[in-house]
Amino acid sequence: MLSEKFNPRQIARLGPRATYGQALLEFAKVNDSVIAMSADLGNSSGLDRFKATFPNRFINVGIAEQNLVGVASGISQLGYVPYASSFAPFLACRALEQIRMNLGYMASNVKLVAIGSGISMGYLGNSHFGLEDAGLIHAIPGITIISPADCIEVVNAVEACARTNDPTFIRLTGLPNSPMVYEESSEFEIGKAVEIRPIGDITFVASGSMVATCLSAAKILEETGLSVGVVNMHTLRPLDETCLTSIANQSRLIVSAEEHAVTSGLNSVVGDFLQRNKFSIPQIKLGLPPKFLENGSYEYLMKRYELDADSIVKKILHELKQ
Amino acid sequence: MNEISFNQKDLKSHAANIRRSILRIAEQSSGPSHIGGSFSIVEILTYLYGHYLNIKIDDPRWMQRDRFILSKGHAALGFYVALTEFGIMPESVLESYKKDESKIIAHPIQDLDFGIESSNGSLGHGLAFGVGLAWATRAKNQENRIVVLLGDGECNEGSVWEAAMSAAHLQLTNITAIVDANGLQSDGTTESVMKINQIENVWKSFGWEAIKINGHDFTEIDKAFKTSQTISAPVVIIAETTKGKGVSFMENNNEWHHGRITQTLLEQAVSEIGSNTDDNRWSV
Repeated sequence: MLSEKFNPRQIARLGPRATYGQALLEFAKVNDSVIAMSADLGNSSGLDRFKATFPNRFINVGIAEQNLVGVASGISQLGYVPYASSFAPFLACRALEQIRMNLGYMASNVKLVAIGSGISMGYLGNSHFGLEDAGLIHAIPGITIISPADCIEVVNAVEACARTNDPTFIRLTGLPNSPMVYEESSEFEIGKAVEIRPIGDITFVASGSMVATCLSAAKILEETGLSVGVVNMHTLRPLDETCLTSIANQSRLIVSAEEHAVTSGLNSVVGDFLQRNKFSIPQIKLGLPPKFLENGSYEYLMKRYELDADSIVKKILHELKQ
Repeated sequence: MNEISFNQKDLKSHAANIRRSILRIAEQSSGPSHIGGSFSIVEILTYLYGHYLNIKIDDPRWMQRDRFILSKGHAALGFYVALTEFGIMPESVLESYKKDESKIIAHPIQDLDFGIESSNGSLGHGLAFGVGLAWATRAKNQENRIVVLLGDGECNEGSVWEAAMSAAHLQLTNITAIVDANGLQSDGTTESVMKINQIENVWKSFGWEAIKINGHDFTEIDKAFKTSQTISAPVVIIAETTKGKGVSFMENNNEWHHGRITQTLLEQAVSEIGSNTDDNRWSV
């Protein structure tokens, strides 16, 4: 397993982007098909060492995300597995139609990696935020969507997505020193959610950065005598419907959480699943409001939009009183 | 490159067959078809499949094959007919054009068994895809070539220029682009809709070598492709063509960009195309 090559604490300090670059480098050493691609954000994607180690397997297409996706698709036709990274909106918004034609319609075996997704870009602002990326990509059929919960899971996702020929979109949330979910190398299977805390009366279904936050919230809530589960729904598609069914059958309240606009992405996908299957379990949706956000640091914004553990606890307790 | 000797007469005969077949299939599909833009590329397709492309009809997925991308995907009907004319696409598939549950419709859908390398239709996608193919081909030390056919209207798309820039930067010499310069796009002349001054110079400024030819003249097409293989830069062939070429009432008439042909018009058109392969109209 690739993640065994990494020290979880060390990569947590590096953050998801640098971890991605290192993971891809280590993976490329054992998988000759791996190609790294960038649209002038190679260094921001932690790919400087990859570039130095495998100059012939690194392609920079310049600041041209549409071309990034199209060229990656062409490269994949001869059996290479291109990993192409850029900031979330530059991929999912700028190159959306290229993604639709190539990863969607043609199902090209391209792995897109959206770095700095959610609102981790802080003061860089809405132009750089990944507010809609998961929702937009989910609207296109057939693309696997993974949102790793921490840096170990970033490594796992990089490795796991090459086991299939499925087009894949990996969205990286969080920053260097973001809380770890996994203390050591962990098992990972695309489409198989992980019960980090067993399903409880209340169960969180979270992805990306929100997994760690929900874990903190669950610990606080449990002090009040509630039984609280936390599920890491790291794969948005294919959705682990078996896991969701168990939660719907066993819990009294489901709380979905994603660092993403609340109107699409994980919150919607979970809600849609519950409605389609006529589950009556109430759902609280935790995410960012469907608007362009105010300016501020990452921490400030997460609190401002009530995605910190304390705000989440308050919201759930308030809901339970209703 | 294909070893078959270059036989102008044969190619002209194939080109006439392709035009007639396009009309027949368009008529029986009973809706509008992109006839004008299919007709403008008939000689190019005929040359590619009848002479230039190194492909194996009995092994369409052969890894070392040359790859042709129809980036101007709306000319799919002409493409399918050419694939059938040269034995790559089965006749039965061509006959199913635009029928319910058919595999072939107005825009190409990737199907390697039928020689369709990529899905197109939305413009501005094929060159980037071709650049990726060319890069991977070189990385694998394969000798095969990549040919991408674009429309002149399609060159309005910014993504075309992103791809052009990258082909030159990546020093790809195994890719040839052809621009079907028929001077018309959906809303009118390229001049009136979005003028690109001296398009060959624009390509040159992006690091490509440009060759301008008459896109209906096999000798010129052949010369351009042969030259393209000797140049140490990506090469674009600006093929000046006539939209609707070969049928008087269709030539330069943009109603045939996406038009419906009736039985009466079909007969008139076919009579103009005729069967005389010595007819010199096709080489202007």
